[in-house]
Amino acid sequence: MRVCVVGCGAVGSLFAAHLTQVEGVEVWAYDLDPRHVEAINRNGLRISGAGELEGRVRATTNAAELPACDFGIVATKSMHTDAAMAACASAFAGGAVCSVQNGAGNEELVAKHVAEVIRGTTFPAGHLAAPGHVVWDTKGDTHIGPFEPRPAPMEKVRALAEACTRGGMPTVALEDARGAQWRKLIFNAASNAIAAVTGLTHGRVAEPPTRELAWAIMGEGRSVADAQGIVLDRDPEELFDFAARKEVAYDHKPSMLQDVEARRATEIDFLNGAIVAFGDRHGVEAPLNRGLTAIVKGIERSWG
Amino acid sequence: MDRVCVIGGGVIGSLYAGHLAGVAETSLLVRREEHALALEREGLRVSGKSDFVARVAATADPAELPEFDLGILATKATDLDAAASRLAGLAPGATLMTIQNGLGAEEIVRRHGDWPLVSAVTFMSGVRHGDAHVEYELDTETWMGPYDGGVSEERVEQVRALLESGGLRARTFPDLRPAQWSKLVFNATVNTVAALTDLPHVGQFAARDQPVDLGHLVHDLMEEGKRVAAAAGVELYEDPWEMNVLAVRRGETEAASGHYAHVPSMLEDVRSHRRTEVDFITGALVREAQRLGVAVPLHSAMYRLVRAREAGG
Repeated sequence: MRVCVVGCGAVGSLFAAHLTQVEGVEVWAYDLDPRHVEAINRNGLRISGAGELEGRVRATTNAAELPACDFGIVATKSMHTDAAMAACASAFAGGAVCSVQNGAGNEELVAKHVAEVIRGTTFPAGHLAAPGHVVWDTKGDTHIGPFEPRPAPMEKVRALAEACTRGGMPTVALEDARGAQWRKLIFNAASNAIAAVTGLTHGRVAEPPTRELAWAIMGEGRSVADAQGIVLDRDPEELFDFAARKEVAYDHKPSMLQDVEARRATEIDFLNGAIVAFGDRHGVEAPLNRGLTAIVKGIERSWG
Repeated sequence: MDRVCVIGGGVIGSLYAGHLAGVAETSLLVRREEHALALEREGLRVSGKSDFVARVAATADPAELPEFDLGILATKATDLDAAASRLAGLAPGATLMTIQNGLGAEEIVRRHGDWPLVSAVTFMSGVRHGDAHVEYELDTETWMGPYDGGVSEERVEQVRALLESGGLRARTFPDLRPAQWSKLVFNATVNTVAALTDLPHVGQFAARDQPVDLGHLVHDLMEEGKRVAAAAGVELYEDPWEMNVLAVRRGETEAASGHYAHVPSMLEDVRSHRRTEVDFITGALVREAQRLGVAVPLHSAMYRLVRAREAGG
């Protein structure tokens, strides 16, 4: 089995390094950071933190160098999905491509470029400590399933899940992975947008005066999920409170807050913006998500 | 002729005191002793739309204030309660005028004395350059009307005439609430959106081309506000959305000549890590909405976000 990770940042590196631990799996990585790519090719890809491992990954900044792959795992920031997939689509002419990105709307972009698409949601997180070295901050499960409009066959979904699980990234293959994806989307939309606008950590967002607002934002997300016939696998509110515990992620700055503080483009279009867009398609209003999307885009504009 | 006392030496208070000093015996009550000393020493310089140095009797001690017939309470809404308490027992015959943003200023002053009250809102703005220098930026009107029947319309006319003779612009209304509510709905929207996006009041506030453009949020917030005004039985004097469109258009014309990008006061407060007036503006609107049974989910959200931003920011 040959797998290529598209976008080898923190999450992409976790998948890449773990998959190298599985016999018979050859791992490639496509990433635009030349220093990271060079370090991976020279010294291997190193993971520390929640687990210690090293893997031999063939990395490249040039999509034309990629061989034909059985699987792709897309882990770029959402706003780079389209460009990254346009660059390396030919490597997946006979393969299936799985998004493990944040939010909703990425699979639709992957499906513009490849025939077999897998919907995915992942909880593990980390950060790039140095070129070729990622610190694994949080363990967690991954859920994958066929992307309905351009589905990969279920046996391929199972094969990828099994490889990831054997490598040390527990992954569940589902006929319908939307429930898991929308639970995380709804949770993320509330936590990230409020944090980005207020500067608060996740734990403080879960307290007054923003707690009630977070619940209202999640309520809108639930209505949009319901309208699509999506059954959430668990409650996003439960996840919200769990993450707000001191020993879990009370002091965590959600990624969109980190982006705003660093004045980087945010993933708002794939979080609250996606809830609005899917709501529009199914005749459900999401005024709070729409308002927060406009505010975060306003913040991005304020940087000039 | 009226003897005038301006309470509060911020931008707006300084603009009133500076202009009125030319036509009335004018005193200015400030918080800090050094501020009063600087004004006594240097006079009050007003630049920008006006250009002069005025002599005002400044003090930080209410007991030192000379007698006055008209008191203009020109503090921020957040400081009004403390300022009014310093006047308790003083100037029993004087008319007091409140000019604070939002709602509820008159009730706060009423708790400290039974002076006849004039309700007012002002659209003037300026920039503070020091204790003794303020720049007059927007030379827009002060709107005023009798509060709760406690003063006659003639008295309000006298105050208007005084302001105009001092070089300020003013207009009277038999009932200020339609104008007050127009400004409330406008401010509750423009100030909170600016405070949360870090954008001055620019063209994006009126843009509605794309589905998530900022203008949609501004428009929806104003529609919520208009529903509250309607439930309160107030027919708005101006449409807040039209005020918004006109203001950003004027801003863009002036920006093209390199002058103007208006930073709403709540954004200034957030940038300076000061407490904002959100309780008196959006908070007042949300409380009115609750009292009247009108749903205002967007304003409630903006209120919570600004409060949280004050705490986290």
